[in-house]
Amino acid sequence: MSSNVRVLVPSGVLGLGFDSEALARAVALNPDVICIDGGSTDSGPYSLGTSTSKYSRAVCVREWRQLMQARAALGVPLIIGSSGTCGSDDMVDWMLEITREIAAETDGAATGEALKVALIYSEQDKSVLQEHLSQQRIKPLEPVVPLDAALLESCTHVVALAGAEHIQAALDTGADIVIAGRTTDTAVVSALPLARGCHAGACWHAAKIAECGALCSTHPTSGVIVVDIDDTGFTIYPTADQAHCTPHSVSAHMLYENTDPFILYEPGGHLDVRAAHYEALDDTRVRVTGSRWVPTDPYTVKLEGARLGGYQTTLLALLRNARYVANARAWVDRLQNHLHREISASLSLPESAYQLDFRLIGDNATLGELETQTSMGHETGVLLIITAQTQEMANEIGKLSNPFLLHYPLTDDESLPTFAFPYSPAQTSRGALYEFCLNHILELDEPMSAVRLEEVVV
Amino acid sequence: MKVSNLADSVRSKNAGPFWVTIDIFCGSDSAYQSMRGRLQTEQIATALRQPMTAVKRFDIDALNVVKFSVHRPVVQGHPLDRDQHGAQWSMLIEELDLQD
Repeated sequence: MSSNVRVLVPSGVLGLGFDSEALARAVALNPDVICIDGGSTDSGPYSLGTSTSKYSRAVCVREWRQLMQARAALGVPLIIGSSGTCGSDDMVDWMLEITREIAAETDGAATGEALKVALIYSEQDKSVLQEHLSQQRIKPLEPVVPLDAALLESCTHVVALAGAEHIQAALDTGADIVIAGRTTDTAVVSALPLARGCHAGACWHAAKIAECGALCSTHPTSGVIVVDIDDTGFTIYPTADQAHCTPHSVSAHMLYENTDPFILYEPGGHLDVRAAHYEALDDTRVRVTGSRWVPTDPYTVKLEGARLGGYQTTLLALLRNARYVANARAWVDRLQNHLHREISASLSLPESAYQLDFRLIGDNATLGELETQTSMGHETGVLLIITAQTQEMANEIGKLSNPFLLHYPLTDDESLPTFAFPYSPAQTSRGALYEFCLNHILELDEPMSAVRLEEVVV
Repeated sequence: MKVSNLADSVRSKNAGPFWVTIDIFCGSDSAYQSMRGRLQTEQIATALRQPMTAVKRFDIDALNVVKFSVHRPVVQGHPLDRDQHGAQWSMLIEELDLQD
């Protein structure tokens, strides 16, 4: 029996927006499932460290309402992975709360009947992970990040990236909506076609190409992509006006944010696209065949963890004085030495207890020591980023630094300069800083042990 | 001649928090053949101050792309990370000199 599954991906991520007309056109094609990603590590460790979304809640509500309405019209499952950017348990509950709010809206258009919602929690219990660590079931990926029990314990949140098996288990509950914690970008898309017996290599390859929405087309901001997966391959196309998929736009997407453009590692195996063939069916649709899925044993899930890295306060001063602009690096070196002495004298802090990081905007702020250009413009921004063990300490160092950043002279025998502070107060409390500290996989005998599955009716 | 004189475009982006990946789109087979012969992997390692063992190279004939994946010089989000998405490192690559 042949298998055909049509997947609608409205956007690369919930919160980024999509073309509503393109969505309506895609809905009219009667897809079998609507899949969207809710996050990634792309924006940095803060989201996972704090278990919060980087995207505006209001924007997520508006977009999720449109997707719930589309789901209700079609009567097919709606799946979101990596809820709330980081996919922590809190963010699964956050998406559930948004779903409940929309379902309760009086216009009723959003949902119709009572909704079955399956929740996949993929946050990891640290005590369980400690056991896995001691049994050497947590393995480093390249580049190796050293891991011990203390480092693991210091993580504020650790998530496992769920795979297609976990999404399938949620779909098997008969769920109308699946809200998943951290999930691989691709598993959200591949789960249903794999469950229906489509070509495995095609399922994963289609998922990788479609996971960023219309980024694989000539009109990336339109968001909406449809992919038809069958027994031998897949056909992918955008639905916005003026948007096209071409063999180049589709195959080039394998480069995007991928270390290896031919091999993609997933829970339970890897995708190999070295023999893939990309063919234009017309000026909008591309047919792809020849992708391979290679199962591996044991089953592994990738782990992501973040921990507190300190607290920050920043100051920004602007130099327009030509002599100071020309000598900005020397001035900053002199200023930094002075600040270390003042901090030692007033706050009794050794240099190891805090960090002063000067970034010269107009010189090397972007690239630091990698910068190869030496030309200076007519003004220079001096951004001072202070990192300390408490916010109070970072703020104290900021206040101590403030008058020197404003007035410090290039030499001892000259009148005090005054630079431009662009706002008052000059120091800004940035709050907690988080760091990624895991680049590891976890080996599992039983794939489902990576997640907790719950069912609710909304 | 610089990389930017021969390439259509160069982009860099995180491939997860620990890697940056650099795609050099050459646009034509002739530009690609020239690029792959003249751009040395050592130049990428030097530009990002990483050992050669931290650099993977892919010459992709079908796309006329030369791709490098490199350990991030600083892990994304570290206090000393100046570019959270690694996107501006592409400028270092654009400005590399190509061998004659």
